[in-house]
Amino acid sequence: MTTADLLGKIIQVVAALAAFSLVIGLVLFLIDKAPKRGRDYWQLAFFLLPALILLAVGLIYPAFRTSLLAFSNSSGEWVGGENFVWMFTQPAALITLGNTVIWVVVVPILSTAIGLAYALFIDKSRGEKYFKALVFMPMAISFVGAGIIWRFVYDYKSGDSAQIGLLNQILVWFGAEPVQWLQTSPINTFLLIVVMIWIQTGFAMVICSAAIKGVPTEQIEAAQLDGTNPWQRFTNVTLPGIRGSLVVVITTISIATLKVFDIVRTMTAGNFDTSVIANEMYTQAFRAGEQGRGAALAIVLFLLVLPIVIYNVRVLRQQREIR
Amino acid sequence: MSDNVVDLPIPGTAKGKADSTAEVVGKASRVKRRLTSRTATAVALVIAVLWTLPTFGLFISSFRPAGLISTTGWWTIFQNPGFTLANYQEVLFSTSQSSPQLGAYFVNSLAIAIPATLFPLVIAAMAAYAFAWIKFKWSGALFVLIFALQIVPLQLALIPLLQMFTQFLRPGQIWIHELIPMIPEQGYLPVWIAHTIFALPLAIFLLHNFISEIPGEVIEAARVDGASHGQVFFRIVLPLAVPALASFAIFQFLWVWNDLLVALIFSGGTQDVAPLTQRLAELTGTRGQDWQRLTAAAFVSLVVPLIVFFSLQRYFVRGLLAGSTKG
Repeated sequence: MTTADLLGKIIQVVAALAAFSLVIGLVLFLIDKAPKRGRDYWQLAFFLLPALILLAVGLIYPAFRTSLLAFSNSSGEWVGGENFVWMFTQPAALITLGNTVIWVVVVPILSTAIGLAYALFIDKSRGEKYFKALVFMPMAISFVGAGIIWRFVYDYKSGDSAQIGLLNQILVWFGAEPVQWLQTSPINTFLLIVVMIWIQTGFAMVICSAAIKGVPTEQIEAAQLDGTNPWQRFTNVTLPGIRGSLVVVITTISIATLKVFDIVRTMTAGNFDTSVIANEMYTQAFRAGEQGRGAALAIVLFLLVLPIVIYNVRVLRQQREIR
Repeated sequence: MSDNVVDLPIPGTAKGKADSTAEVVGKASRVKRRLTSRTATAVALVIAVLWTLPTFGLFISSFRPAGLISTTGWWTIFQNPGFTLANYQEVLFSTSQSSPQLGAYFVNSLAIAIPATLFPLVIAAMAAYAFAWIKFKWSGALFVLIFALQIVPLQLALIPLLQMFTQFLRPGQIWIHELIPMIPEQGYLPVWIAHTIFALPLAIFLLHNFISEIPGEVIEAARVDGASHGQVFFRIVLPLAVPALASFAIFQFLWVWNDLLVALIFSGGTQDVAPLTQRLAELTGTRGQDWQRLTAAAFVSLVVPLIVFFSLQRYFVRGLLAGSTKG
């Protein structure tokens, strides 16, 4: 990077910010000078139109275009449902779909379970804040960064040379042969899933913890006086009390998992039978030049996310009403 | 959303009642808790260690000399001691072709993230204000439509958006480049616009929730005194909405900083535009065994989010809770 490059970058940012504030300030000034009749409409248009135009041009129209693209081939000819047939018949594409199912079943369940258990165990303990920060920290790390962190854990050295990946070293300590983890299917998919669980557990833990603290202490004390053991108190008092939050956690993590792209991209790039829908969509549309297939995969992703989001929104609505 | 998600006090409702009996019950339950919670504490400790160890290992390794990283595990640091800052110096400042040259990408990450946070923030706040405080036909239906847009995965918009950018935005960028040669043809503009668009549905929804709860009398009074909507927005609404704006800004900043997909598609991948995440992904692909570079490079990219996270944890959690459906 030369000084000129840096200068160019700074100019871009400063110019963009200046232009942006200038436009907004100018329109604001002009609107106050607008003729009295219809001034309210001018003001409304000023406040609303930037967002509406951006959304219409950048999200709604492209979404329709993608829906059409999904039915054409790479040169733009109409091919009907051929892309979808490809998706559900080709072995490689089927593995992608299968992997996505595994991800979306395993990640939400395990991260919620671990997060909930952790939140319960450290509840009201000394240093709870620090315990939380430790598990929550991966949430701030990018998926790419997390990918590198875990690739290091899974690293493999052949032959007699010392292992530098922790996982293989543990195997060696127990007298086993080291494994090329990321190249070995199907274990590699699960090792990628571990990374996602590692990230999402913190999220589950924070929300579960807040919910647990919302369960009235009287109820727990009453159950205690009745001579229940901790497990009974958990299943009969705490669990029903935090059901709403659990649903939100599970659905939210499911959606994030369906769209997981960066982890697969960084760790294996979808090779060795580890691809998932979001990664395949990118590979097909932007690497292989098969835009139709990419669009079809995006549509499937949308259809998979849709019911979860609707369910999530309904639960949130109900909770709002109760409050 | 509650302010105290991370370190919640015991809910206020339980306090008054419990006060008189607190001492008796408190002691009894504390004794019981201590007996039953020994295994629980042990399990919690194991989880905490498991969750921290991978990052810790990478962090330690990033300060070890290249020769030691590739031949010995980081857990043998005491048998094989060695400390160096050379890795960081190499990934950040070395100008040789083969080194990661992260300095330029670090600047890019900042240059992308700051405007891509501010643009949607302002545009969404304006729209949220209109939905909350300007009465017009179709207001309700339009708002529901924008709310519903959150369910569109950004994957669905990528291909056509890229086509549109090449068709309409590209000529403008070339023109700017000819005007000011210092600005490369492939500028930040597409990435900014893409991030802004994808952020809007959630941002409008969140900010609307907050802005609509500002007491109506305040705004009515200003309107009666002859203030225009513009004045009300800048003088009254924005200052009052600072907590919500901060929450969203932090969430959006981290989202953009950590994003890979949007960058891959709209940045072109050159040193002129590509952010750190894209460079890191590239390095793992081409130089996956250069651990002395990867470890240090990973930490360079983690520093900013970790600082934001630890200093603004409370806001971050709130933004996260509210924004968890984004994408």
